[in-house]
Amino acid sequence: MSDATRDGLRLEGLVVSHGGHRLLAIDDHVRPGEVLTVMGPSGSGKSTLLSVIVGTVDPAFAVRGRVRLDGRDLTGVPPEGRRIGILFQEELLFPHLSVGGNLAFGLPPDLRGRAARQARIEAALEEVGLTGFAGRDPATLSGGERARVALMRMLLSEPRALLLDEPFSRLDAALRAQVRDLVFAAARARGLPTLLVTHDATDAAAAGGRVFEIGVPVASG
Amino acid sequence: MSLGEAAAGGASSTPGRRLRLLPWAPLLTILAMLAPVAFGLGGTLLPALGWLPALGGHGIGLDAFRDLVAWPGFPRAATLSLTTGFAATAVSLALVCLVCAGWQGTRAFTFVQRALSPLLSVPHAAAAFGIAFLVAPSGWIARALSPWLTGWERPPDLLIVQDPYGLAMIAGLVAKEVPFLLLMTLSALGQVRSGQSVMVAQALGHRRTTAWLKIVLPQVYVQIRLPVYAVLAYSMSVVDVAIILGPNTPPTLSVQVVRWMSDPDLAFRFQAAAGAVAQLALVVAGLAVWRLLEFAAARAGRRWIERGGRGCGDAALRAAGLAAAILVSLAIGLGIAGLAVWSVAGFWTFPNLLPDSLTWRGWARHGPEILSAASETVIIAGAATSIALFLTLASLEAEHRHGLRPTRRALWLLYIPLIVPQVAFLTGLQTLALSTGLAGGRVAVILAHLVFVLPYVFLSLSAPWRAWDARHATVARALGSGPDRVLWRVRLPMLLRPILVAAAVGFAVSVGQYLPTLLVGAGRVETLTTEAVALAAGGDRRIIGAYALAQTAAAFLPFAVAILLPRLLWRNRKGLGHV
Repeated sequence: MSDATRDGLRLEGLVVSHGGHRLLAIDDHVRPGEVLTVMGPSGSGKSTLLSVIVGTVDPAFAVRGRVRLDGRDLTGVPPEGRRIGILFQEELLFPHLSVGGNLAFGLPPDLRGRAARQARIEAALEEVGLTGFAGRDPATLSGGERARVALMRMLLSEPRALLLDEPFSRLDAALRAQVRDLVFAAARARGLPTLLVTHDATDAAAAGGRVFEIGVPVASG
Repeated sequence: MSLGEAAAGGASSTPGRRLRLLPWAPLLTILAMLAPVAFGLGGTLLPALGWLPALGGHGIGLDAFRDLVAWPGFPRAATLSLTTGFAATAVSLALVCLVCAGWQGTRAFTFVQRALSPLLSVPHAAAAFGIAFLVAPSGWIARALSPWLTGWERPPDLLIVQDPYGLAMIAGLVAKEVPFLLLMTLSALGQVRSGQSVMVAQALGHRRTTAWLKIVLPQVYVQIRLPVYAVLAYSMSVVDVAIILGPNTPPTLSVQVVRWMSDPDLAFRFQAAAGAVAQLALVVAGLAVWRLLEFAAARAGRRWIERGGRGCGDAALRAAGLAAAILVSLAIGLGIAGLAVWSVAGFWTFPNLLPDSLTWRGWARHGPEILSAASETVIIAGAATSIALFLTLASLEAEHRHGLRPTRRALWLLYIPLIVPQVAFLTGLQTLALSTGLAGGRVAVILAHLVFVLPYVFLSLSAPWRAWDARHATVARALGSGPDRVLWRVRLPMLLRPILVAAAVGFAVSVGQYLPTLLVGAGRVETLTTEAVALAAGGDRRIIGAYALAQTAAAFLPFAVAILLPRLLWRNRKGLGHV
């Protein structure tokens, strides 16, 4: 992927409404390696914005405008074709798969051969200090370990943009800074445009980028 | 899965041909459930009004109803239907309320839950036989009390089972409906934050039981109203339990309808149809009366609350609730044990508690027949459950993919097959089948079972399916998986246990079906249940014990698989919550 095609994430005149009621409007350009923080109280439609970008928005919401990633219009593209990674508040590791199985789930199928795939997974685990964890049951990991596995699972799928839905809010203070730094460093290193949704000011400060405040709270958000 | 794999690679958004069928799944499910009910009701109503060309009925009139009313047993049979139905429902509901009110959140409650839950899978007929064996003059209760208390040296000549008031039948129904209503109440309790409510009320000085009845019951009842209606309609019109435990001269109205349906003189079909319509009317009237009683109870309850009394007799009420729950589980548990002992009993002198000798002769002699009935049972239950599971999964997945919302009305639709009395539309289905020459096939029986299996499978699976955290799907799709891959690789494996439990519920429901097998199979499809009930009149305890035990096993084994298999498959996966 040459840098010429790296345009980042564009939200062009995006307006989301529900039952004729305007929920949020945003027009922005998140450049590669940049973090845009979206802040707002609960119910303000932060998660709805993420679901619009990732492509899983509930049909009850009306969406105008378009989302472009590296110049490509994502309208009508299903989530699996968008190459947008997402991290939630919970790690949402698949409980029926091992740690290695979770990572393999997101690894693109064009990396062929059992050995090559396993090597890629081992390397990824090593990168976040979890060497030898491939066979573990995700339920036996600590909170910080789970967060790192979730991050690597997402990165292995080779996304071209990153969405963070309050991903640090469940971690305790010490762990929180550590995981946060790891995620932002990974995003910067890979030049991923990143959109962080949070209601926590320290997260916004740590992200270091621009902050976009959205709307007044509405019941339907 | 190949579809998902293909979509994962590129940006293709055109769903495959298979996907376009998915939006139709909910409609197909509703049709599979309700079309037989609708056609059956039509097929009952027309002959009741005298129109049945196959038997030479062309006129429209009320002759069949005149014949029905002229039957001397009619007033008694109709009354029995009302009294047994109302008594069984009211007692079951009261017991469930007492147990929950007195013991929710305690260790005893967990114990009661564990003791009663497995009873849900015991087929009605087997439970009824077990209780019949227990309370009969030569049953375990009489034996345990003789001769030291009763003075009986031989079984007394008492009509305990099949008593004219239907008391044994009410007891049998209560024993089976308490576990059902308890399970329904438990799932409703989770939605109303009952524990906190009771704590608040206790802080205001109310005792536990009264606090529960005043605060939690009104909220929970709204949630369990449909199951209660199903219990009332079922208890008013049940056939197999009534044949085994109910009075004989006359029997309940539904039993009499089935007798007329099986009469070699086909002219009785008109009268049977009229009886089925009368049974439907009775159930509708019964439901209306119950609704009025709900209003009255709500009014009385409000006044009780406003008076502000803090309740009394708390300890007695709690003790009664626990005792009743234990009695119910003992009745069915000992009943099943009794079936087992009788099936291998040789000589068994009264009042010995155990047979003088044991023998496999009964099993050996009837082994081949039991085996053939068991295989028929398993084929029918397996087919009906598979279809029900497929339709349910397709409907729920369609709901997920197309953003459909489950409505209150959809829930009512699910309960229609459980509330319309079986006898009211199954007689019609048999008549229709007779007219079209389709009667008596295994396929027809499977489709008839599906009508009852589907609602239970759907009710059992929909809650865990909808409770699944859909963000797992979002994550999986963001990782590049199409909807099909998400379904097969993430959602189904994660929900393996509830899916297997739903299948086990469906299987048990099918195993327990008596009337659909008898009527739609035109008496030619022989399952463990139809054979066991047919043996009731003969009264040979050894054969009945063997059949009823085989029936219980057929219903129970899938539950064991549903609980053990996920433990085995996911033994190293604590996150799936069953280690």
